[in-house]
Amino acid sequence: MLFEKVRDIIAEQLDAEAAEITMETSMMKDLEADSLDAVEIMMALEDEFNVTIPDEDAESFKNIGDIVKYLESKIS
Amino acid sequence: MKRVVITGLGAITPIGIGKDNFWDALLEGKSGIGYITRFNTEDHDVKIAAEVKDFDPHDFLDKKEAKRMDRMSQFSVAATRLALEDGEINLDKLNRDRIGTIIGSGIGGIGTLESEVIKYTEKGPSRVSPLFIPMMISNMAAGQVSMNFGLKGASMTITTACASATHAIGEAFRMIKYGNMDMIVTGGTEAGITTVSIAGFCSMKALSTNNDNPSKACRPFDKNRDGFIMAEGAGIVILEELEHAINRGAKIYAEIIGYGATSDAFHITQPDPEARGATNAMRLALEEGNANYEDVGYINAHGTSTYFNDKLETLAVKTLFKEHAYNINISSTKSMTGHLLGAAGGVEAIATALAIKEGKIPPTINYENPDEECDLNYTPNKFVERDIKLAISNSLGFGGHNGSILLKKY
Repeated sequence: MLFEKVRDIIAEQLDAEAAEITMETSMMKDLEADSLDAVEIMMALEDEFNVTIPDEDAESFKNIGDIVKYLESKIS
Repeated sequence: MKRVVITGLGAITPIGIGKDNFWDALLEGKSGIGYITRFNTEDHDVKIAAEVKDFDPHDFLDKKEAKRMDRMSQFSVAATRLALEDGEINLDKLNRDRIGTIIGSGIGGIGTLESEVIKYTEKGPSRVSPLFIPMMISNMAAGQVSMNFGLKGASMTITTACASATHAIGEAFRMIKYGNMDMIVTGGTEAGITTVSIAGFCSMKALSTNNDNPSKACRPFDKNRDGFIMAEGAGIVILEELEHAINRGAKIYAEIIGYGATSDAFHITQPDPEARGATNAMRLALEEGNANYEDVGYINAHGTSTYFNDKLETLAVKTLFKEHAYNINISSTKSMTGHLLGAAGGVEAIATALAIKEGKIPPTINYENPDEECDLNYTPNKFVERDIKLAISNSLGFGGHNGSILLKKY
């Protein structure tokens, strides 16, 4: 469930195909996101999940899976 | 010195998208003014404007690109695409280092500014978008065009309120004339029909409040004129060095031979009561073109439909041209398009170039009640056929900025 929500937010922000996004997908390398996209996506995730994602945490995410795991730990 | 010609036209206007639709509407005398749909006008005194209808940014841009642009940049990129298509310009065959983008905008991305200020107020600084600044800054009018088409020559935005596009075209003309560039995408763009922007212009008492009759509200040079009507859109022209144009077999709409830029140095919003700045802008353009004053057959006036502009622009024409002033066809195409502010000079340069090319002068619509202070031939209500050797397009901006360009039949 969490993965699907994250995937859809990223797909929407980047105008990407949700079906092509997996836990291994990298926003920067695979979806051509730039640093501005990354900030927008973090804001959208913060709003959706009602969490705060500090910059240093955001910078550590290598792929979508990292984001999902991070959010799971924050929410639980 | 090089000769400079106009070889492509791109119009995104309230009376038509694309040069042909725009021109047909001008000759028909169609008004683009109606009730504002872009925001709720319930609390506003002004409820009318000239919006660009049927503009879908996705006809010109992919979804992600469109999302990263203010409406004003969407307009400039879209109008550029239309101008390049119209000019049958294959950029892959040209030296992109010698192609510039000089595009005016009076106020830049004010819609983005407003929505981000609202976000800031409601949710705090951490929710202000990282795209806020790159969407809002005026220079993206040119920057986005440069990026989208890979044009690597001089790229800049000129901001001189309602004279922005005419100054952009004039400066582009000089750059080609002096041999610095082969081709420049130039003109202006504006998207200022937003709630705070309309409120501000309304507080200035600059806007018509003739809400009951939108299509009749803009009446330049008419005695009952009561202010301008805010419009939006973009007007882009391709300026090209003559030999460059001939070598690629381009169609040529008109030659540009003169440009004048002056300042009133008088008042933040009111024109000089003797119209010296406006007079001198036209004079400088004529001098640069070594023009015979009697050859000027058409002036596309700034003609905003405000009391002061129309009276003082009339005075400027009479001061400069003396008796010949009465032989010139003048028209304000703003009577149909409304006032596109920083894009006005772009759209009006297109109208002026087509008037020369087609031998037809678009009218000033809603001209019904003569004003003794405005006693020239304003080409009332119906277009006229006339062979035009020379034509001027004027733009006069808040801050006292005046610009005139002089076009010649090619």
